[in-house]
Amino acid sequence: MKQEDLATPNKPNWCPGCGDFGIWLAVKMALTQLDLKQEEVVIVYGIGCHGHMCNFTKTYGFEGLHGRPIPVAEGVKLANKDLKVIVVAGDGDTYAEGLNHFLMGVRGNHDVTLIVHDNRIYGLTTGQTSPTSEKGRVSKSTPTGSIEVPVNPMALAVAQGGSFVARGFSADPKQLVELIKAGINHRGFAVIDVFQNCATFNKVNTVEWFKEHTYRLEDTKYVPNDRMKALQIALDEEKLATGIFYQDSREAYDQDVPAEKGDALVDHDISDIDITESMEQFT
Amino acid sequence: MAENKISLRIGGPAGMGIMQTGLLFSKCCARIGLHVFDYIEYPSLIRGGHNTYQIRADHEEIHSQVVPVDILIALDEATMNIHCDELRDHSIVIYDGKTVKPENTRLHCGIRCPLPMSEIIQELGAKEIMRNTLALGAALGIMDYPFEVCEGVIRDIFKGKKEEIIKEDVDAARRGYDLGKEKYRHLSQFTLHTVDSPKRMVLTGNEAIALGAVKGGLKIYAAYPMTPASSILHTLAAWQERHNIVVKQTEDEVGTINFAIGAGFAGVRAMVGTSGGGFALMQEGISLGGITETPVVVVEVQRGGPGTGVPTFTEQADLKFVLNAGHGDFPRILLAPGDVEEAFHLTTTALNLAEKYQTPVMIISDKYLGESHKSAELFDTSNYTIDRGKLLREAPPNYLRYEDSPDGISPRTIPGVPNGLFLANSDEHTPFGWSCEEIPNRNTQMEKRMRKLETLKQEMPGPNLYGPEDADLTIVTWGSMKGPVLEAMNWLNREGCKVNVLHLTWVSPFPVEAVTNVLVNAKKTLMVENNFSSQMAGVIREQTGIAVQEKLLKYDGRPFWPEEVYDKVRSML
Repeated sequence: MKQEDLATPNKPNWCPGCGDFGIWLAVKMALTQLDLKQEEVVIVYGIGCHGHMCNFTKTYGFEGLHGRPIPVAEGVKLANKDLKVIVVAGDGDTYAEGLNHFLMGVRGNHDVTLIVHDNRIYGLTTGQTSPTSEKGRVSKSTPTGSIEVPVNPMALAVAQGGSFVARGFSADPKQLVELIKAGINHRGFAVIDVFQNCATFNKVNTVEWFKEHTYRLEDTKYVPNDRMKALQIALDEEKLATGIFYQDSREAYDQDVPAEKGDALVDHDISDIDITESMEQFT
Repeated sequence: MAENKISLRIGGPAGMGIMQTGLLFSKCCARIGLHVFDYIEYPSLIRGGHNTYQIRADHEEIHSQVVPVDILIALDEATMNIHCDELRDHSIVIYDGKTVKPENTRLHCGIRCPLPMSEIIQELGAKEIMRNTLALGAALGIMDYPFEVCEGVIRDIFKGKKEEIIKEDVDAARRGYDLGKEKYRHLSQFTLHTVDSPKRMVLTGNEAIALGAVKGGLKIYAAYPMTPASSILHTLAAWQERHNIVVKQTEDEVGTINFAIGAGFAGVRAMVGTSGGGFALMQEGISLGGITETPVVVVEVQRGGPGTGVPTFTEQADLKFVLNAGHGDFPRILLAPGDVEEAFHLTTTALNLAEKYQTPVMIISDKYLGESHKSAELFDTSNYTIDRGKLLREAPPNYLRYEDSPDGISPRTIPGVPNGLFLANSDEHTPFGWSCEEIPNRNTQMEKRMRKLETLKQEMPGPNLYGPEDADLTIVTWGSMKGPVLEAMNWLNREGCKVNVLHLTWVSPFPVEAVTNVLVNAKKTLMVENNFSSQMAGVIREQTGIAVQEKLLKYDGRPFWPEEVYDKVRSML
């Protein structure tokens, strides 16, 4: 597909300067560079500013409920394993409302690419603390500072058996495009947490702040094949790494399901199923 | 002499293998051509407590368990104490003479038939759990049942196990059989022998739903374990390879419903199953299915609530909850099977309706239907055809997924179809699926979705009316209460009364006209349902304006016994 195929009649409604633009651009570039057929891509969106992307990106799409895009995507993939299934979600979606689904998706290694918009704030609901906000964050819901320490999605994914764990940055589209392409090509659950700014509600984690606090793993001699080393990097909250933390090639969920050995489930003939043997079992 | 009519109860602590033995007896009765119904009570624990398994068999058709017990197998003294009032003078009481002492209990009638169970188990070197099989063998001997049939049933149940394990069971049953026959046959009024009949299954409502799902083209089943719905999960999980289906135990019921909706969106038939608490967690997802017009079937096997309630007992108190599942207005379809045949056929129907009407279809059952076994002939599927509605595998030019249509149903593509792109959107949306909050579009889409119910009303069957048309009293009931109510109706009509039964299986859309017609012409009306607030009577009043005159309600976690319905009707006539 080409860039113009992805165009829709709708114009982006994000605030000027929003990190969502960079991620959106990277998603579109990755899809076109991979030369996928448009009808073979399904993007499942969460609810939040990021989710508005569903209106600006023409593929088969599913805008679900806040926190719940991951199980929807798993169902899509098992129903039709020939599809490329991508989840576009937010930090609230993935690490608060849907943390259970996140861990289970990682654990099950469903063949889904998860792209998390991680701006460390709730934007669409006008500025409350997010599960990735730092301890002490003053926000509308935490006027005296948040009490909890932030969720560490990279460490969680690595510890939970993640087979592809990566982080990008909305202001580094070159790296992000490569990460998304690698994630889509990865046969398994690909976690891509993406740092981004919220131009309106997060005055702390600005583009400049992220630039100051991050470094690219590609610029080091790091090789992403050791879970313990990946965990060490993930736990470093002073110097924040971007790039692929860890990758291996364990079987994706559908590869271990007997009914998925042949054609995709959606192509099975259901017109006249013989249940005689199963009925006889009860006689 | 009572030939081929028996009510047998086994009672004892949990973990003693009572369930297996009870099912063995049910199958033994069905195998010689009798109709069978059984009812199980067990507490929410793995060991201890009081479990009972009651089996009724008859050469004539039966619909439920009854109060009187002809043969009681008491594996402990508690069983004697709890169930002695169900016995009659000629009832048989089987127990281990060493461990159970009737003189320590309230046992006041019945023929005492102690057996040296402990000694025989020791002698056979068998496991303690074989005590059940031994006792059951004795009961069969006392009734002069053809033993070779019993051996065949044991061999079928344990198919695939080692011969030495199977032989242990057969030997225990044989020893019990010989002993029972020799010592107590002459005292027994009860006889079981083979009668001519078609081949029958013995299965639960949950198993019938699983069979219906497979026949209905199910490809993905998802569930989080929850009593009393779990046996749907177990049955389908065991059939994954045979029927080429995917069964997924998900992280929670929120995941369950969203997972199934993803599968439905991608074009396969998907179903989920749970009980009230899990269903509560699915609400937002069901609503999502409504606005995205995604086919999915949701089975709710009710148990006694609220909260954790009485988790292993039965109730029909989720009716209004399921009827109003999910927030907002969207077309909800709700079916309520009353027995294993209806559980099977309505599940095949539900899978068709979900695709045809592109909306969540709910099936409401309960523990009583879900876990009680009933005999049934092999289901006739000759009239069933898979109807995928307006599913497209090729898209026409300028295709729009949510285009307005006179019947409310729009042509539906699935991912993978070229030029069929659309956005399934939980926000209100345009005919393509783009988010849209404008007034005319909102009204068009809302009215299009809701119109599906009007379309469905044209093809839905009316409720069933059993018994004479010109009755002196009409019992109104729904779901699993069909069994005890029909049983009571038959007894009453045999005695010369004129009673009929209006049984509802389609709750939404509601068959307003048909129910109104029956109720306005009824002389006296009685509502029978298994809940505190008479929820179906409320629904009937809301839909028809008619108040059912009298109510017989029960909310102690147990189903109705037909005797209770009989007594109530007698008091009204």
